[in-house]
Amino acid sequence: MLDLWYGLVNTLLPFQWVEYTFMKNALLAVLLATPLFGILSTMVVSSRMAFFSDSLGHGAFTGIAIGTLVGGISPLWGIILFSVTFAILITIIKNTSKTSPDTIIGVFASTAVALGLVIMSFGGGFNKFSSFLIGDLLSIAPSEILMLLGIFVGIILLWVFIFNKLLIISINPSLAASRGINTLLIEILFASALAVVVAMTIHWVGLLIINSLLVLPAAAARNITNNVKQYHFVSVGFAVLSGVTGLILSYYLNTATGSTIVLISAMLYFATFTIRGRFLG
Amino acid sequence: MIGKDKHSCEKGEKNCQHLCCTKIEKFNVVIGKTKIIEDVNLHIHCGELTALIGTNGAGKSTLLKAILGEVKHSGVLKYFDAKGVRSGNPCIGYVPQYLNFDVSTPTSVLDVFMACTTSIPSWLMTPNSIRSRVRQSLEKVKAEHLIDRRLGALSGGELQRILLALALDPIPDLLLLDEPVSGVDHNGLELFYDIVSELREKYDLSIILVSHDLALVEKYADRVILLEGRVICNGTPEEVFKDERTRKAFGMLRSGQYGKEETSSVVEREES
Repeated sequence: MLDLWYGLVNTLLPFQWVEYTFMKNALLAVLLATPLFGILSTMVVSSRMAFFSDSLGHGAFTGIAIGTLVGGISPLWGIILFSVTFAILITIIKNTSKTSPDTIIGVFASTAVALGLVIMSFGGGFNKFSSFLIGDLLSIAPSEILMLLGIFVGIILLWVFIFNKLLIISINPSLAASRGINTLLIEILFASALAVVVAMTIHWVGLLIINSLLVLPAAAARNITNNVKQYHFVSVGFAVLSGVTGLILSYYLNTATGSTIVLISAMLYFATFTIRGRFLG
Repeated sequence: MIGKDKHSCEKGEKNCQHLCCTKIEKFNVVIGKTKIIEDVNLHIHCGELTALIGTNGAGKSTLLKAILGEVKHSGVLKYFDAKGVRSGNPCIGYVPQYLNFDVSTPTSVLDVFMACTTSIPSWLMTPNSIRSRVRQSLEKVKAEHLIDRRLGALSGGELQRILLALALDPIPDLLLLDEPVSGVDHNGLELFYDIVSELREKYDLSIILVSHDLALVEKYADRVILLEGRVICNGTPEEVFKDERTRKAFGMLRSGQYGKEETSSVVEREES
């Protein structure tokens, strides 16, 4: 299956930067992952969940530590499992307690990251984990790409079913309740989707900047769009554009790929911010 | 009192024509150790606009949220249609007091309608049939020109009308209106109530309205309920506004809690 992709790239993109297989893999991963970031970020921003999505990175970080400690299952599944549990737990507590969401998220995120650091530093072996902080997009294995493809299809399908409900919840929870929407269930599904994507991509992008990919595309798109269709289209477009450009630039500049992608996203944000008045109706 | 109401639902169930009703029985809301609402029993009839009035913290909005099922409560909510054919949980339309949304949100009026009334994801496609249906809904509240407007670009009054149109699709058995305290000017409110009155007759709607504007209540409500944790007073606007307890409740208002606007509506009422 991947051979088909390699052949396609060789014919369509006769450039130096895609001559290596790891670049072909990275390009495919970017083309699959960035649209997901673009789509999910629309509701992360609309539902004011930037801090929540940030905490998911911390959850995934702890998942890595626990996965390594426990062993048995493959680390990736360990991370996904832990992140999803972490996300569901926060969502339920956020919805049932009267405490302000940022406090709850703050408590969970700091606990998670502290726990992760303690486990990782146990016995002084922290160095082998430091790659998770910055990430390495060029280390993608073919099996991971297939898994990412599965997640891609799953999340697009999920988005078809939950987006409408999520939109109403983001506008007003009471309004959503009056339309018979199970707000907790929908929020849990959304949080889980975010957790899966974060867990899957964290060791490519890195803990430090993964959240920017879940915030910047939509934040930039909001500056120049007026309805949901434009919002999705522009957000996905920005995410893919910065992903591919970042990958190419990082190859030639020899910089960390994830961070290069984020910098380009940020530039798009500031560029749209300065012209926003001309687009908003 | 309500319990002795001539048009009680038991009758409606059997033989009353053009009468459907929603019964709220023994509603209690307790949050922590505080009783917010105590033993509220109400019968809401079709085609009637029932206004809930009361001081700040009297539990008006909480009662609406309890009816919506958003706040934990004891007691039951029942609906009976005119022939007693269909009964059970009413289909509820709700117009919130205010929308605490981000004004920069890239969401158009059409998007919100699609999200609320269809299962077609609005980010993917908008069939023309849906668009014309939404336009028809908006015509009911004289807002068809706002279909492509961004939510954040609507005025308070426009937004309230949009929310009303949304609550009327599908036509609910019970419509709950939580009147905004601010953000809508007096003309906007009058227009809103004119539309509500017109729709009430056209669709034989049962409406519960939480209001802060006594002059408007007197003009538009069929029945007024003074709530103070429990039902203090219940009757026609004339009866309730004459009642000693209402005068006392809003006499208290005049000296304190509410702003000048509230006071002036009380004065207006007394003059008229």
